[in-house]
Amino acid sequence: MSLLEIRDLNVRFATTDGEVSAVNGINLDLERGATLGIVGESGSGKSQLSFALMGLLARNGRATGSVRFDGTEILNAPPAVLNKIRARRIAMVFQDPMTSLNPYMRVSDQMAEVLMLHKGMGKAQAVAESATMLDAVKIPDAKGRIRLYPHEFSGGMRQRVMIAMALLCRPDLLIADEPTTALDVTVQAQIMELLADLQRDFGMAMVLITHDLGVIAGSAERVMVMYGGRVMERASVDPLFADPAHPYTQGLLAAIPRVDQKGDKLSAIPGSPPNMTHPPAGCPFAPRCAYPLAICQQVMPPLQGFAPGRERACHVEIEVVRAGHAPLPDLPEPAAADLDEAQQLSDLIPEESAHDR
Amino acid sequence: MFGFILRRLAVAIPTLLLLIVLSFLLMYAAPGGPFTQERALPPQVLANLNAKYGLDDPLWRQIVNYVWGIVAHFDFGPSFIYPDRSVNQIIAAGFPITLTYGGIAFVVAVAVGVSLGVTAAIRQNTWLDYCAVGLSIGAQVLPNFVMAPILVLVFTLWLGWLPGGGWGGPIFWIMPVIALSTSFMASIARITRSSMLEVLSSNHIRTARAKGLPERAVILRHALKPAMLPVISYLGPAFVTMITGSVVVDMYFSTGGIGRSFVDSALNRDYAVMMGITILVGALTILFSLVVDLLYAWIDPKIRY
Repeated sequence: MSLLEIRDLNVRFATTDGEVSAVNGINLDLERGATLGIVGESGSGKSQLSFALMGLLARNGRATGSVRFDGTEILNAPPAVLNKIRARRIAMVFQDPMTSLNPYMRVSDQMAEVLMLHKGMGKAQAVAESATMLDAVKIPDAKGRIRLYPHEFSGGMRQRVMIAMALLCRPDLLIADEPTTALDVTVQAQIMELLADLQRDFGMAMVLITHDLGVIAGSAERVMVMYGGRVMERASVDPLFADPAHPYTQGLLAAIPRVDQKGDKLSAIPGSPPNMTHPPAGCPFAPRCAYPLAICQQVMPPLQGFAPGRERACHVEIEVVRAGHAPLPDLPEPAAADLDEAQQLSDLIPEESAHDR
Repeated sequence: MFGFILRRLAVAIPTLLLLIVLSFLLMYAAPGGPFTQERALPPQVLANLNAKYGLDDPLWRQIVNYVWGIVAHFDFGPSFIYPDRSVNQIIAAGFPITLTYGGIAFVVAVAVGVSLGVTAAIRQNTWLDYCAVGLSIGAQVLPNFVMAPILVLVFTLWLGWLPGGGWGGPIFWIMPVIALSTSFMASIARITRSSMLEVLSSNHIRTARAKGLPERAVILRHALKPAMLPVISYLGPAFVTMITGSVVVDMYFSTGGIGRSFVDSALNRDYAVMMGITILVGALTILFSLVVDLLYAWIDPKIRY
């Protein structure tokens, strides 16, 4: 039994402009200790997917389908069930550490309440334990600084606090939703390294949500590429980067500027993401695809395996996709530490906070 | 922090002086005077009266004498209309009354208004929300000069439960408190609701939920404090308005508070009483805006003085 089993997950939002489909029929299995990267641009549904399984959708959101965590159905579960799982077994690190910590509470109080709630600790013990965790995420002088308020930390330090807070109960699964988007590039690398170390030490599974392929390349084992609320391609990191089997993945990879190839222009995928109030009947990527077929407009291609451990959702013959794109010969060493400003530009579209719709 | 309080109190002194001078000039500029009557007084009598109250002095001397009386003797002068009463006596008689019903009305308005607003926000777009919003709009559009006679009609004339006026034990407080607190309560409820809704959609509340905290803890521990910030900035001036009384309440319920005295003094040109109450309101306003600032600093750790 997988740690996390998602079956046919759909997320819809009722808005004044009509119903918006943010996530459409996602299936997913995650084993204990595994790392899954979810990539996609803004509005691809990647964040809403994680909010849905934690029961954190905005008020107008509705999720259908099934999410089983360690055998228990948690989708739309009553608060009492969810509150036993949140933080204790599934923890989240959010995108913006500036606003995701409570600015009106001391870090010690924000952290200690988690341990007091889930572990039944007294205040003093909970604060001491929290300080130990701050130490583990390499915050200098953790004992002294735990008394501070969030605004007294720098952005990177705040994200470390978020991570420490998420790890307090040693969860089985950590969902990191754009954990480094709001941070400086050098700090990004440190945070990703820290997450990788902690994941190994704690033996937890991790879902890493990002729009930054560089982050994925350095940290994840498997990658799920999302577009228009659907999975476009799913594979292990190496084959996905070396031999993208979906036109969208190809476009994403081609959009990474390369320092070793001088060109006039950054390559971008033409067009803009679909309006999910009126989702297209066929493949959501069809209007922007480099190899469109007539059928693409009408029928959404199913996600199908085409090689061991590799799946894609595309009507176009794989040979056509491969021919249109010479495999990248020597992808720069994808360690997060190598991120540079050029790779920063791989953001296709400035990321908005997907939750604040 | 202590230095900040001292600085603010020091700034209060020139502010109050300015208030005194401006009020004095406005009164002086208005035509008529305390001794203007339908049938003119003989000139000699008027001159004697003016001399007795110092009204024949040049304006600057009047102001200086007035301020000196306050600073040196805490004496706000004699009433121009009631020769046997001083302003100090009038305020000492009326202010405890307005402070009592105003203070209770304030507590009631805050307690009911905040609970109503929070409930409406938590249950947004349910019948509970619609009831709370409807109730507060109703309370806001019903002016207290309409509310007061209705209360008297129902509770005094029809039911005979409450005394229709006068001032005594707690039973006399009920109607003044209701009449005074409803519109404030409605404003507090509306501000609380919208501010709470905004806070509830913020990122740190999502974090609090992701911690597995029960909804009650999310609201009380994480959302209430920031949601109170806009309410508190409204409460400072509202508190002063409430404890310095309401002319409508004083008139309808004959409570004898300074709200009535204030309006009477303006109509009678009782300069000293008018000035005394103006200074009282001004000083309280300055004091409570300081209190609001201190409360802000207490809630928001980013504000430090």
